[in-house]
Amino acid sequence: MQLFPCPFCGPRPETEFHYGGEAGKVRPEPAEAVSETAWADYLHAQANPKGVSREVWVHLACGEFFVLSRHTVTHEILGAEAMPGREA
Amino acid sequence: MMRRYSAWSLVREGLRGHTGWPEAWRKPERPQAAYDAVIVGGGGHGLATAYYLAKLHGMRRVAVLEKGWLGGGNTGRNTTVVRSNYFFPESVALYDFALRLYEGLSRELNYNIMLSQRGMLMVAHSELEMEIAARIVNAMQINGADAELFGRDQVMQKVPLLNDAPDARFPVHGAIWQGRAGVARHDAVAWGYARAASALGVDIVESCEVTGFLVENGRCVGVDTSLGEVRAGAIGLAVAGHSSVLAERAGFRLPIHSYALQAFVSEPVKPMLDTILFSFGTGTYLSQSDKGELVIGGGLDRVPSYGQRGNPPVQEQVISGLLEMLPAVGQLKLLRHWAGIVDVVPDSSPLIGPSPLPGLYLNCGWGTGGFKAIPAGGWLLAHLIATGGHHEISRPFDLARFETGRLIDEAAGAGIAH
Ligand SMILES: Cc1cc2nc3c(=O)[nH]c(=O)nc-3n(C[C@H](O)[C@H](O)[C@H](O)COP(=O)(O)OP(=O)(O)OC[C@H]3O[C@@H](n4cnc5c(N)ncnc54)[C@H](O)[C@@H]3O)c2cc1C
Ligand SMILES: [Zn+2]
Repeated sequence: MQLFPCPFCGPRPETEFHYGGEAGKVRPEPAEAVSETAWADYLHAQANPKGVSREVWVHLACGEFFVLSRHTVTHEILGAEAMPGREA
Repeated sequence: MMRRYSAWSLVREGLRGHTGWPEAWRKPERPQAAYDAVIVGGGGHGLATAYYLAKLHGMRRVAVLEKGWLGGGNTGRNTTVVRSNYFFPESVALYDFALRLYEGLSRELNYNIMLSQRGMLMVAHSELEMEIAARIVNAMQINGADAELFGRDQVMQKVPLLNDAPDARFPVHGAIWQGRAGVARHDAVAWGYARAASALGVDIVESCEVTGFLVENGRCVGVDTSLGEVRAGAIGLAVAGHSSVLAERAGFRLPIHSYALQAFVSEPVKPMLDTILFSFGTGTYLSQSDKGELVIGGGLDRVPSYGQRGNPPVQEQVISGLLEMLPAVGQLKLLRHWAGIVDVVPDSSPLIGPSPLPGLYLNCGWGTGGFKAIPAGGWLLAHLIATGGHHEISRPFDLARFETGRLIDEAAGAGIAH
């Protein structure tokens, strides 16, 4: 079992965490000006990188969302940060 | 010329010590400079595409470029369940087409793919699950696929070892039964298509990695490879878990996450299970191989990954599910265990169609369940490449569904596992 770092609770078993999605996506606004293509892109198009990846995860125990950096081949953990404005 | 396999050739070779078998397919060291079509990925889907291009569309200048060895991806790593018990008409049209092609494939390819239609039980554990099971059975029957709703006694008759103790965590209420479902030999599917395609002139080049795409006037006109540049009239992409990596090199993104999916094989035992068994409650499924090993699978790993190995949390879940279903196998040792990287799409349906880069066509997104679809996936991609347009069966699976919102959500519809 791998340990993942929660910025609030420290290292915890990976099964306490749930994957949320790719970090850094910006929701296109305003809604009435967003094309179908741009919206589909925002919702569904993924970088899905082979290598270093920045992802949003939630720690199910404390309920906090945060950004986890990891390597998708080696599964090495490279860092964890609170979401902007949610620092521990 | 390809030499036909037959009972007679087996006897003859047996008598002369198996010294006269020719190689099953040609092995060109490197690709030629140009082809009419290049297929990236030498798994089942890529090889089948090349075969149907040559066989049905008369295209003989075709190459399959594979970075590793034939069938070394998910085609050689899967648990070989073939079935068509899906919910939506679009899916049943696709997977039942595949199953029908599988039913004639050994003869078509002159290669025994060892299709064994031993049927599949999807066991339901509560009255509510039985309602869902009835709904799926009705949908399958309306869509023209064979399906039956089994009661508890019929299930126990099929698999007497199933845990039906009074204190069972998942009591048996009934099951979905598809009698035409089965297993096939995974390597044989890859090798059979490779041999038949090669005999029709297709070049299959192993150890040849596609590293980029040649684009002229906004159109894809070839690929860069570890063995040099190869030009092509059209390019097909069939690289499963690596689709996003190649899409990035072609300048677009796909609605795909890559995950590891694991499988397990036990030591061999006497015949104990003559069907495929799946449980809605545990998510674990298994069949028994001809050698007597139990071939076991379950759900996806929890962490997006390109590491081609499995991780303990899901191992534990799959194996504890197995012990819950069949307590009698608790003493068995696991012999082997591995994972493949699968291409998961939000609606659990494949992506077949033109890519955003003209000249480049997609066959991916099969996720945890594309072995059963290999003949259809190859047939449909060949149709796209040869005609430039969709066949009616592949049209609903176009990338455009993510813009129109017409998703084909089989995770919700059929609770798909594999
Ligand atoms: C453990 C497990 C169990 C499964 N069980 C089932 C099941 O029971 N039933 C079922 O229907 N499906 C099952 N599947 C899914 C099924 O295996 C796949 O959907 C199917 O095999 C995909 O075939 P493919 O030809 O698209 O991909 P693959 O067989 O993975 O072939 C893709 C090929 O592309 C090559 N490639 C990648 N990048 C490049 C590059 N840059 N250049 C050249 N070549 C490249 C790879 O080396 C690979 O050989 C399972 C999968 C796994 C992992
Ligand atoms: Zn926490």
